[in-house]
Amino acid sequence: MTADVSIRNATKSFGTFKALDDLSLDIAAGEFIVLLGPSGCGKTTLLSILGGFLEPTSGSVFIGGRDMTHVAPAKRPTTTMFQDYALFPHMTLAANVGFGLRMRGMGRGSRDEKARGYLDLVGLGQDARKKPHELSGGQRQRVALARALAVDPDVLLLDEPLGALDLKLRRQMQDELKVIQKRVGTTFIHVTHDQEEAMAIADRIVVMNRGRIEDSGSPSEVYMRPRSHFSASFMGEANFVHATVADVAADEVTVETALGRMRLPKQSFPDGAAASGGDVTLCIRPEHFRDDAAQGRSIHIGEARVSDVAFFGTHHGCSCVIEGGPDTVFKAHLPQTSDPRPGSTISLDVNADHIVILAAEPKGD
Amino acid sequence: MSTLTHERAERRKAWGFVLPALLWTFAFFVVPFIYMAAVSLWTRQGRETIHSWTLDNYLNFFGKPHLLQALFNSLEVTVIVTVISVILAYPLAWIIAERVPRRFQRLALVLSILPFWTSYVIRSYSWLLVLSDSGPVNQALVWTGVIDTPLALSATRTATVIGFVHFFVMLLTLTIYANLVQLSPNYRRAAADLGAGGLQTFWHIILPLTLPGIMVGAFLTFVLCIGDYITPQILGGNNELLLPQVIMLQLGRTANFPMAAALSLVLMAVVTIAYLLCARWLKIERA
Amino acid sequence: MKALRTILSIAYAGAIYVFIFLPVVVLVLFSFQDGRLPVPPLQGVTLHWYGEIFSDSRLMSALANSVLVAVVSSGISCLLGFLAAYGLARYTLPAARLQRALIIAPMTVSTLIIGLGLLSLFGALGIFRSLWTVGIGHVVINLPLCFAIIYGSMGAHQVNVERAARDLGAGEWQVMLLVTVPMLMPSILAAFFLALTFSWDEFIIAFLLSRFDVTLPVEIWSMLRSGLNPKTNAIGSVVFLVSILLLLVMELLVFRKPRRAS
Repeated sequence: MTADVSIRNATKSFGTFKALDDLSLDIAAGEFIVLLGPSGCGKTTLLSILGGFLEPTSGSVFIGGRDMTHVAPAKRPTTTMFQDYALFPHMTLAANVGFGLRMRGMGRGSRDEKARGYLDLVGLGQDARKKPHELSGGQRQRVALARALAVDPDVLLLDEPLGALDLKLRRQMQDELKVIQKRVGTTFIHVTHDQEEAMAIADRIVVMNRGRIEDSGSPSEVYMRPRSHFSASFMGEANFVHATVADVAADEVTVETALGRMRLPKQSFPDGAAASGGDVTLCIRPEHFRDDAAQGRSIHIGEARVSDVAFFGTHHGCSCVIEGGPDTVFKAHLPQTSDPRPGSTISLDVNADHIVILAAEPKGD
Repeated sequence: MSTLTHERAERRKAWGFVLPALLWTFAFFVVPFIYMAAVSLWTRQGRETIHSWTLDNYLNFFGKPHLLQALFNSLEVTVIVTVISVILAYPLAWIIAERVPRRFQRLALVLSILPFWTSYVIRSYSWLLVLSDSGPVNQALVWTGVIDTPLALSATRTATVIGFVHFFVMLLTLTIYANLVQLSPNYRRAAADLGAGGLQTFWHIILPLTLPGIMVGAFLTFVLCIGDYITPQILGGNNELLLPQVIMLQLGRTANFPMAAALSLVLMAVVTIAYLLCARWLKIERA
Repeated sequence: MKALRTILSIAYAGAIYVFIFLPVVVLVLFSFQDGRLPVPPLQGVTLHWYGEIFSDSRLMSALANSVLVAVVSSGISCLLGFLAAYGLARYTLPAARLQRALIIAPMTVSTLIIGLGLLSLFGALGIFRSLWTVGIGHVVINLPLCFAIIYGSMGAHQVNVERAARDLGAGEWQVMLLVTVPMLMPSILAAFFLALTFSWDEFIIAFLLSRFDVTLPVEIWSMLRSGLNPKTNAIGSVVFLVSILLLLVMELLVFRKPRRAS
């Protein structure tokens, strides 16, 4: 089963601290949503409000079109998969997975059978008689998933479920989560602070900061065309250059930067930002410096002196300073085959279409 | 609105859980205590209890040397017992935690507190046997020629102290050991790494870190020791009375409840002062 | 140097162990004394004194009383302690610190004072001293202990487990009985057994608050008036044995269970 979710103007205050600040979000049925943000950004608070463990100070929550704002967790068509799994330590896996069904009055026979089915789904059918402490971290995580799914929730809430696993296992579980989500069709709302995890599993990423939504969209949208400074810097590395709009033409905008004048495609600008005299921030991903030979119009940023190089397998990561430019350190990713050395000079070019233009950051941040 | 009613219902439920324990403690601890405090302001004359409120009992206590002496005896014995017990128990706890191989530690610890589980009365009685004129200690001393005639060990303060120390060495070994094993061995490694010798490490690192455990144990020793009636009554005899013995005497001979109550409150005040002195080390918090 | 330290350690530990075990060994050894005095020399080995105690009806009924009072008072202490711990750990209540302090308070007060207070109050209310009043007194001293142990074992991890149960549709009582209690069983049992041994061994409250039916420590106390007697050794040895058995049961039941996976 599955349902859509709508959060309307939700605010949650703890004393003077606003964990959620007038946040609205619509989630389609069957969507795999990832709430992404640093700790304290409000993502877990939002998840708790959806699960019914917290009530918003104001605003409302609709699930499947019904107002759930003040409904107890048990009465909601949601289940939560907790960060520490919260498996019942004294029960077998079968009893853990069957617990929700037992609470719904299902008889032992049929609930054991159903629990077995869900354990099979997560590949632990053979271990139904074991207890949680006999399992590895990844296996416990699977049991928690099976237990949450066994009651046929419309919406599954996942609170950093992969946080406790080591990197390799985490990547593997991401794939499994995605496969299982497609199979059961339940709406998954998944909280994490790991942007790689978010990109790997999400249909849609919602980037949160300070109780607000900074950005939302498919992983490629959020990465390639972030809508805010925060979003751009949280999703991977980025170089930021302050710019002032000098001239607006039919499909091109000329901006003035510390690195010189640049002509940029007008569609790159957010609405209203392309007014003459306005302040904007240019955002350039380090890896975009390497496709200088690619198609499209190239912008020459300048010659840069390499100060530091590290090899990452897929690329060389260089820190460099533009000659004749400001002191700010630029990050550039060069191809594996190149051989940059500290002290050498490289030419930085970038495809004009790859430059993202953001509203200027408010001062003092 | 519905949030409010929900919270109110939750709160009612929470009170439902806590109230039985609170009521029990209130009815059978707070109320008797207040009543006793009131009784301590009455006086007993002959076979009559005078129900007018006066501080006579307290004035009597500070006025009569034999009563005040009982308090001093109690304090002296308690302090001696606490100090000796800590000094004896710490090395044992240390040896169990540091010198005994890990898999035998539990056994060593259980053994060190095994006699803890003999009955309270019986433990004192056993010491009476051990310390009696023809008991093993005296027999051994005479046999080895250290002394000619048996020492009068029972019915002395020494006997009381030995009986107490026996009990509290076990208790303190347990609490100090629990503290020692919690210390990460990395503290010691770090100290050694930074050039501290064995004694310096102990003095600057281990001792300060185990101080809370010692204080908890010492406070427990103090409370249990100063309020104990059995050990001094069985082992100390009637030569030198401690405060609890005097309190019990008030009940027995003259049924002087008011005086017993007043003396109890004095005892309680002493414990409270001790508690305040080491309160910062005695926190009962959730793990 | 290292060898010397090892020798010193062994010597010290050995000396303390001798000190700790001396009275117990003497107690048990001379319970088999074939003679009237439980002091050296050992005149022969007999089970006579054990026969004596098991045929002593007063002693046996005191033993039964002790078991009864210990089990009932420990059970009540655990129940009240658990409920209070649950309420205080899982909900936010006004003056929670004060409430905790009040429940813990009797632990810091001498049992003599608690006994005396109850004695005077019961006297004033005309309540007769009996095993019931002894039991009430024992709950007063064991409730703080049970509360502290159980409250101390209620961590944040379990809050999430309870949340999960609630999320899956369990009601308040179902969460408590199916999840919280089984999860906390080790500490609840530890609290119960500890309370059991304390109550079993408690003298002063039992002495002050009982009259015709007495508990074992009180009965032993009155036996002491007849002076040193191997019969006292025998009952002491039996009590010791029972306590050790209890300890073993606790060890096997509570501490040998596989630890909660974290």
